[in-house]
Amino acid sequence: MSNLRELYQEVILDHNKSPCNFRKLDGANRVAEGLNPLCGDRVTIYLHVQDDVIQDIGFQGSGCAISKAAASVMTDIVKGKSKAEAQALSESFRRLVTGRGSAGADCSELEEFDAFRGVCEFPARVKCATLAWHTLREALETTTGAVATE
Amino acid sequence: MNKVCDVIAPDIRHTLPDTFDVRTVRRDFPILQQGIRGRRLVYLDSAATSQKPQVVVDAVQRFYMEDCANIHRGVHSLSQRATEQYEQARVKVQHFLHAGESREIVFVRGATEGINLVAQSYGRKHLQAGDEIIISTMEHHSNIVPWQMLCEEKDVVLRVVPINDKGELLIDEYEKLLGPRTRFVSIVHVSNALGTINPLREIIELAHRWNVPVLVDGAQGVPHLNVDVCELDCDFYVFSGHKLYGPTGVGVLYGKARLLEAMPPYQGGGDMISSVTFEKTTYKGLPHKFEAGTPNIAGAIGLGAAIDYLCGIGRERIAAYEQELLTYATEAVSAIPGLRIIGTAQTKASVLSFVLDGVHPHDIGTILDEEGIAIRAGHHCAMPLMQRFGVPGTARASLAFYNTKREIDALVSALHKVKEIFG
Repeated sequence: MSNLRELYQEVILDHNKSPCNFRKLDGANRVAEGLNPLCGDRVTIYLHVQDDVIQDIGFQGSGCAISKAAASVMTDIVKGKSKAEAQALSESFRRLVTGRGSAGADCSELEEFDAFRGVCEFPARVKCATLAWHTLREALETTTGAVATE
Repeated sequence: MNKVCDVIAPDIRHTLPDTFDVRTVRRDFPILQQGIRGRRLVYLDSAATSQKPQVVVDAVQRFYMEDCANIHRGVHSLSQRATEQYEQARVKVQHFLHAGESREIVFVRGATEGINLVAQSYGRKHLQAGDEIIISTMEHHSNIVPWQMLCEEKDVVLRVVPINDKGELLIDEYEKLLGPRTRFVSIVHVSNALGTINPLREIIELAHRWNVPVLVDGAQGVPHLNVDVCELDCDFYVFSGHKLYGPTGVGVLYGKARLLEAMPPYQGGGDMISSVTFEKTTYKGLPHKFEAGTPNIAGAIGLGAAIDYLCGIGRERIAAYEQELLTYATEAVSAIPGLRIIGTAQTKASVLSFVLDGVHPHDIGTILDEEGIAIRAGHHCAMPLMQRFGVPGTARASLAFYNTKREIDALVSALHKVKEIFG
């Protein structure tokens, strides 16, 4: 049960229930759809990028609590960040949930990331946590597209 | 008791008590004795793959330790033994399906390959632009995609029989879809995601009025039901060994000899030819024409052992016990507030699909796994069906005759834990 409590922390359950930025973004100039064919999770990321900075972000889709909370937290964190900053955050999140070291001391969002510390104990759920981040990277690279985690 | 049991396993049957004893049965499955995360494994995922009794494991191991050789090739003793056992397995499958002849039994990798074989061999030969194939809303992807591939290649149209909210086929709608353009019907026997048992006799009879052949996807049918292909009068029936307590990587295509004979080979290679020159190759007869290359010999032998085992217990006894489990489980999980069963057909096999308010199936799966309970969570390779019910996926507990009511109690108590975590 303790492992489960570690995975399903209050922060994650709250974001799952009331996700931030859960909306289609009118005027988005970058859109990508992410799919996890293994379990059917899907997420669409809408970005408004100007001067290399994420001015606004929204997401839609369906998935488990982990994937939804990860997308919600991500959209909160990357808003106002440059493309390079967002990619660095994506990398430190990936390291955290795969259990390859901490999120990084230089990361001011550590507290938000911390809720996902339990994911690395559940290898089958890593892809749920990283789906939104993969899709964000795809959206930053292109104007439209689909990304799969498998 | 059906015919095959009398033929194949009289000695086993007579040693068993008259009533079904699940405790005795469970001892036959070594894998069920283990713990998961400090708890006794509760395996409720038999529709994904069933566990294997010791006799199947032994049969596979014995082949590799004592009889391993290639079949239909050598004059030496091992090859003869291997060939004999492989062909014996074919006869066991023939009796199991009540097929008229053993040459109507083709060994394939699984139900998926069986369907692809028919789509590619029968379909490419007989279907033309504008023709129609009928499938249903509750098909597994393996009975959708091979037909879509054919449709794309030949400009054939795929028609889909709708279902009602209980997950039952709308036979009236099916009857309306049948017509002069219909060239093939491919339908699932038992839905893997809902448990629905389809009325095959009626479906087949209606198709035959239009002279349309019917393939039955029996992957989930044979584990639960006695199948008589002659009585059903189906033209093709496919199933996978691993869902029938046999090894993975082996399956069966039954086809009426008349149809199989007229079909071109699916794959070319060794073992399927009579003679080869660079100018012309002649093929072997049935069933070898469809078994190019070295097959899964050990798998077929293991499947034969699984059939002997099941018949030894008695298929009717297994079916009766599974129905008892299903009734118990349905009542037990229905009592959980916020839980909705997906698939409530009048006639069902022991598959229990459900959704829980506010909790995604994957989260249910993870939490149950912590309790040592294995279920399947997701779309069950039936995405169009999930769309029909407006859910991204379901949690599915599929019950086999080695499951117990205590395990269902464990499932219910774990589902309460899920609700506790998610508030």
